[in-house]
Amino acid sequence: MTASPYVLSLRHISKRFGALIANDDISLDLKAGEVLALLGENGAGKSTLMSILFGHYVADAGEIEVFGQPLPRGNPKAALAAGIGMVHQHFTLADNLSVLDNVLLGSEPLWLPFSRRSAARQKLLDVANRFGLPVTPDARVGTLTVGERQRVEILKALYRGARILILDEPTAVLTPNESEALFDTLGQMVAQGLSIIFISHKLAEVLRVSTRVAVLRSGKLVAQAAAADVTQAQLALWMVGHGVNAPQKKPSTHVSSEVCVIADVSTDTKNRERLQQVSLTLRGGEIVAIAGVSGNGQTALAELLCGTQRATSGSVQLLGKPLPPSPEQLVAIGVARIPEDRHAIGVIGDLPVWENALSERLRSATFSKWLWVRRRTARAHANRIVERFDVRGGGALVPTRSLSGGNMQKLILGRALLAPDGMPAARLIIAHQPSWGLDISAVAFVQQQLIAARDAGAAVLVISDDLDEVMVLGDRIAVMHSGRLTDARPSSDWTRESIGLAMAGAKP
Amino acid sequence: MRLEKRGESSAILMLIAPVAAIAVTLVVTALLVLWAGAPVGKTYVLLLQGGFGSVFALSETLTRATPLILTGLAATVAFKARLFNIGAEGQLYVGALAAIAVGGLHGGTGLEWSPWIVFPLMMMAAAMAGALLLLGPALLKTRLGVDEVVTTLLLNFIVLLLVSAMLDGPMKDPTAMGWPQSVALNGELELSKLIDGTRVHTGLIWATTLAVMLWAIFKYTTVGFSIRAVGANARAAAFAGVPVTGTVVLVAMLSGALAGLAGAIEVAGRTNYVTLDMSPGYGYSGIVIAMLAGLHPIGVLAASVFVAGVLVGADSMSRAIGVPTYIADVIVATSLLSVLVATLLTQYRVRLK
Amino acid sequence: MTDILDLLSNVSFWIAVLRIATPLILGTLGVLLCERAGVLNLGIEGIMVAGAFAGWLAVYAGAPLWMGVCVAALTGAAFGLLHAWLTVGLALSQHVSGLGITMLATALSYYGYRVSFPKVSTPPTITPFAPMDWLPIPVLDAQTSLTLLALVLVPVISYLLYRTPVGLAVRMVGENPQAAEGQGVSVAWVRTGAIVAGSALMGVAGSFLTLSAFNAFFFNMVNGRGWICVALVVFAAWRPGKALLGALLFAFFDALQLRLQQAGDAALPYQVYLMLPYVLSILALVLVARKAAYPQALMKPYRKGER
Repeated sequence: MTASPYVLSLRHISKRFGALIANDDISLDLKAGEVLALLGENGAGKSTLMSILFGHYVADAGEIEVFGQPLPRGNPKAALAAGIGMVHQHFTLADNLSVLDNVLLGSEPLWLPFSRRSAARQKLLDVANRFGLPVTPDARVGTLTVGERQRVEILKALYRGARILILDEPTAVLTPNESEALFDTLGQMVAQGLSIIFISHKLAEVLRVSTRVAVLRSGKLVAQAAAADVTQAQLALWMVGHGVNAPQKKPSTHVSSEVCVIADVSTDTKNRERLQQVSLTLRGGEIVAIAGVSGNGQTALAELLCGTQRATSGSVQLLGKPLPPSPEQLVAIGVARIPEDRHAIGVIGDLPVWENALSERLRSATFSKWLWVRRRTARAHANRIVERFDVRGGGALVPTRSLSGGNMQKLILGRALLAPDGMPAARLIIAHQPSWGLDISAVAFVQQQLIAARDAGAAVLVISDDLDEVMVLGDRIAVMHSGRLTDARPSSDWTRESIGLAMAGAKP
Repeated sequence: MRLEKRGESSAILMLIAPVAAIAVTLVVTALLVLWAGAPVGKTYVLLLQGGFGSVFALSETLTRATPLILTGLAATVAFKARLFNIGAEGQLYVGALAAIAVGGLHGGTGLEWSPWIVFPLMMMAAAMAGALLLLGPALLKTRLGVDEVVTTLLLNFIVLLLVSAMLDGPMKDPTAMGWPQSVALNGELELSKLIDGTRVHTGLIWATTLAVMLWAIFKYTTVGFSIRAVGANARAAAFAGVPVTGTVVLVAMLSGALAGLAGAIEVAGRTNYVTLDMSPGYGYSGIVIAMLAGLHPIGVLAASVFVAGVLVGADSMSRAIGVPTYIADVIVATSLLSVLVATLLTQYRVRLK
Repeated sequence: MTDILDLLSNVSFWIAVLRIATPLILGTLGVLLCERAGVLNLGIEGIMVAGAFAGWLAVYAGAPLWMGVCVAALTGAAFGLLHAWLTVGLALSQHVSGLGITMLATALSYYGYRVSFPKVSTPPTITPFAPMDWLPIPVLDAQTSLTLLALVLVPVISYLLYRTPVGLAVRMVGENPQAAEGQGVSVAWVRTGAIVAGSALMGVAGSFLTLSAFNAFFFNMVNGRGWICVALVVFAAWRPGKALLGALLFAFFDALQLRLQQAGDAALPYQVYLMLPYVLSILALVLVARKAAYPQALMKPYRKGER
């Protein structure tokens, strides 16, 4: 048998979901000791390809070879046994179980009458030591920080003897410093002979960590190159397929009076997300962008301003009056709200597009009389939103869950920004992760709309963990860490480095 | 085995699914009939005839369908908002007790007012009683997060004991010679019969009207929107400004009231007094009916007639050839499960690896 | 007050407590297994009826008592398999499927009873399990070996859950099925196994009623005990040891109300005493509601490949 230089070969992998071709005849090889970056937009087929490799999906066609042996299809167990380990973007850990439990699961035959826990604990500590990933085996996962959880996730794979490690968007939840630490760890792994597939859509970090880059677009493998030979611009072109017009934004000119004044606000919720004496002033004609790693209080701030959470102390003034306590009243006076998670709280997937387009205003006098819905007026307004914001996917009557993420977000934007006749236009816009998970052209559309609203005089608050978005949109920028917010200073006062430091909690 | 969501459900599948569900039910039933040593074909014929085969059979079926429509609607409105009210049985009984309390002869309030006043009072009392009984579990759910399934289930047992205590005590019919039954309803408050010589009463009109009203509420009102929104995605509904807790409480009141009315209408239309066996599980059957109807109020009408027909038909078939009447419960339960599976298969494709 | 003290020092009272507790212990352990794996099993009420009937019928037909228990367990397991197919295989609503199973199992049992005994007016009887006179432990020596089985099962299931690989797998699929699948553990198989095993225990719980507590099968003999078990599991915070405690505590109050009812000065109708167990169950739910740490994937259907 001739020794193959490759530890992993994917050959002619195809997979379709209904009409969508997620993977189209993809062939890809991974060499021993290399970091292969798999680059592509959301929906390009990266996750599908890796799910096929790991056995979560079964490919319609194609074969996989690992260390020269064919890999059975649709069998995560076989993938694990072959030495493939996967670190998911959304951690797959059980919060109520210990670190050791999470790591140990599946490593012993299920029918063993007892667990060898002390031996397992020792082995876990050994592995952790070897790769420089310290953990406490008996800690409950729910008590760990995000960075620590990712460590557990990686250790799960290493404990099982993974020789090939797949990391799916591993930096999405990390601070810049934590990301650097992760890159160091990856270096140690490669030094010890592991091979790594690194999935990302961030150009800079792809060039920073990988030895080779493969680019996917619309389910096809469009390019492969050594990382040393390409530029970010070249990668972007491959990834998108055409040049993208970055949103046009002139500096804000007419900053008007104070729209919303948050003074010394604290919140107290049961989860770890809470605000601690946050102060911030939002003015018309200006975008304030808040940077920070998710989970540091951004959700609490967004919920506070969207009317779904109360402050325990401090005050929020909106147009000179205390912030009304309900979403309904907020919408009535011109607060436009774009929530973080469009599937979970943005829309109601089972209801048709037109009802979602009206959900915030249905009970207003414009759209209902007594309890009766004025269906004709309501449908007409919904159609206007669908048209004006270019919501594609079947019109106003289809269930909203059938829309793509980008169209769903357009629907939410339209609902928030397009006021029906007789209602005030948006004066304050709260946009939480407005372009999360969208493809590049949809991102541009969303950002352009926010800029247009600013130019029309609205006060805009953008909360995002995407540093690029913060830099593009923010006229002023503030950084959130552990429920505290820095002063909002003009964007020219900040650099990527200083934002990164503030995200990690360093005092400016 | 894995499930994949279908892009579009095909029209053919939508037709085949209910037929397949019926076929499965018929086969299961046939096996049981064979076990009992009876001829399958004849059993089915007798069952159908007993339920739908004559004016009398149909009238009996519609009589039986009346409370089922109401408990079916009670389950429909609750399940639509994801409030799992399994307590319609208890709510029906407190409704019946309330009806007797207001409109009963001696031992009730003994109100001597015109029936034009007492009748609405009686119905309102029954609706209120059912609503209040469900309000407790609904508040426990919204305030403390106590699962309403178990609390409503347990309340059914508590209510039955309460009924038993009332029939032994304050509402005891002194003329019943120890038979556990309540005092009778004032004859002036009885619902009139729709067809002479049968037991079908105007309660059927009431129930049908309520079904149409509920359908209109779901489709045309903001309340209906709130109920559907809360049921489909409570977090998103709250974000959009729908008062989630208020909606759940309102749904509880509506659902409990409908079940309470079922009790009052049974008393006023059929039994004239409360007994411990006045409902052979109408509350539980209501859940089956709601599911069979796909939580559609108009569908509830059809599903109620189906279930009632099976129950009535089984009674008469059993008298004729001795297959136990419990076959009806088996048919109803099997059709529930097979319809659930069939509906799923119209939405998902099952792949064996 | 002295009456109560008299009662508490009375051995026959404690014998009653343990007897009442036995089906609850078995049923609660059954529910616990299912829910730890992330599946609500409202089929318990019907499965207990079916277990009671099938076990009793087997013994009536001449099988030894333990064979009757096995038949009850197998009957429970069969309905468990159906529930698993509906809720795990097809990912249907666990509420509705469970209620459907309860209706089906109850109806089938009653139908089966009527087919087997069309014309009896007094229920036919069998010779039930005898007390374990040979056991030198007071209270326990008046119980049957099914009670001993229930008591032994508590540490066994505890060990199984916390000390074996399969127990870890069960806990994991109830907390985070995606994680289990990612580690090569089949969520479908583990959940199915847990439901089948738990349902078998429910069947045995039912058979205790006809093979030990009584000697015949009656309609309505389960009478909400299954639902009480569902409440007890929440009260027990999904731990076998606490489930035993909960069942005993509950049985204590149930036995107490029986004594009070017998000693009753007709001040209160007897129905008020009979309500007590159900009221207590609701109370137990309310008491622990605020801090109940539900298995995180409970009632969430898991479809492979869906997030």
